[in-house]
Amino acid sequence: MSRLFAVYGSLINFIGINALLALSLYITLSAGQLSLGNAAFAGIGAYSSGILTMRFDLPYPFSVAAGACLAAVTAVLIGAPVLRIRGVFLAMATLAFGEVVRIAAVNLDITGGALGLVGIPNKTTALVIYGVLACAAYFLAVLKGSRTGWSFACIREDETAAMVMGINTTYYKITAFVMGAFIAGIAGALYAHLNFIITPGEFGFSAAVQILIYNVVGGIRSVYGPIFGAFILTALPEALRAIGVTAGPLRSGVNGVILLLVILYLPNGLNSYFGKKNKAQPHWR
Amino acid sequence: MFLEFEKICRSFGGVNALSQVSFGVEAGTIHGLIGPNGSGKTTLVNLISGLTPPDSGRLTLDSRPIHGLPPYRIAALGVARTFQNIRLFSNMTCLENVMAGQHLMARRALFPRLLHLPSARLDELKSREEAFACLSRAGIEDKALMLAGSLSYGERRKLEIARAIALGPRLLLLDEPIAGMRQREIQEMEFLFRSLVESGITIILIEHNMPFVMRLCSRITVLQFGQTITTGTPDEVARHPDVIEAYLGGDGE
Repeated sequence: MSRLFAVYGSLINFIGINALLALSLYITLSAGQLSLGNAAFAGIGAYSSGILTMRFDLPYPFSVAAGACLAAVTAVLIGAPVLRIRGVFLAMATLAFGEVVRIAAVNLDITGGALGLVGIPNKTTALVIYGVLACAAYFLAVLKGSRTGWSFACIREDETAAMVMGINTTYYKITAFVMGAFIAGIAGALYAHLNFIITPGEFGFSAAVQILIYNVVGGIRSVYGPIFGAFILTALPEALRAIGVTAGPLRSGVNGVILLLVILYLPNGLNSYFGKKNKAQPHWR
Repeated sequence: MFLEFEKICRSFGGVNALSQVSFGVEAGTIHGLIGPNGSGKTTLVNLISGLTPPDSGRLTLDSRPIHGLPPYRIAALGVARTFQNIRLFSNMTCLENVMAGQHLMARRALFPRLLHLPSARLDELKSREEAFACLSRAGIEDKALMLAGSLSYGERRKLEIARAIALGPRLLLLDEPIAGMRQREIQEMEFLFRSLVESGITIILIEHNMPFVMRLCSRITVLQFGQTITTGTPDEVARHPDVIEAYLGGDGE
């Protein structure tokens, strides 16, 4: 068992982090909001927690929490204006936000510029990653049948009908957005303490799309979908590489095509993704 | 007056959807809203439910001004509605649609659910029971576990009504609720609406089915080109010269 971990430890960690990132987008998608900003929120979590640990000697759990909170606060600030926009345009706005974060990371001294933040102590273990993942997954699964979860589902299905049923759609959309940012922030903070270095490029457009792809591939009917998608798409390239097939440009190409299809069929498409094709499963389970 | 319109105006760009609309709805009645297509009936209902604010004028519910309030606040005051073009949650079952409509009535707290407390389970069972009761009232309890998207047109309209009832409304806005229904279903709806009024709900009914409106409504407001022609009992309205002209045209046309 420990030999397995010695060889595949890094992969196991990445799968866990990616699953957490996938869940962060899942919660936002469950309220019908297509946000491509979660990679940026992960970046905010990563950089702020890294800086806090390195420069201010904050204990690891506190810097992770602080990183996640900073990501959440940012989400609150940009949420109110941004979430008035719907559909593809929201995706574009959040993408633009992501670019702002990335450019800030490249240009600020405190983040180490283009070369990134180097020398972050290695504190994250697989146990921590999967512990957090399990808690997040459980929380989101339970959330589904709560007042908040029902509100998300109604907003996703038909926002106007949700409004006249007494749902404060603005509040719930922002809540979904902020929850996603918080989880992404945790994922980023855990990631920062994994490999000693983080660079701005890791939290850019490509990562944002990748997180969406985890959800698209895994399906968003339940909490297991995004986790499954993250697992498949993280493990598969490694498995292919092991047998001598390198992904390279093909992977980016495939990502691009999937993204195009999602955007083209999006506002309704995301909904039919939630559709129960054959048997009616209870929503609240 | 339970619901009172005072000189309500609303225009979209250059189009005056509503001009100087003034009338009152009495509590515990079915109030009809009729008029040719494009006369502003749906705009009026959108205004009551808060989807559109008025440009000027006052709208009061139980003497409380509600113009300009966001939709969720107006719903919290006990106003529920159905839509002319049916807005159901197609990917949920009928029961779930109605349970969704219980947003203002059900607690569904997160904490007990996280800890799997028995109160959470009881809460859920109660919610399901009440949702089922709403479905029964609308006459579609046998479709409870079917996806809303797979229902027939008439059944969808009933489901929307069931979902609206789940809110526990004092005022129910029905926008063409019997459009596309068979005669038997129309009779069922007539019975349902009367029983809703008997339990204390006030109904505003937009409909084009004249016999239905005349039978059910105690008072009717007639709109044309965004203006109120008249408000009165079915008899008064039927005999009103402007109403006759609006619907049948004047002499020598």
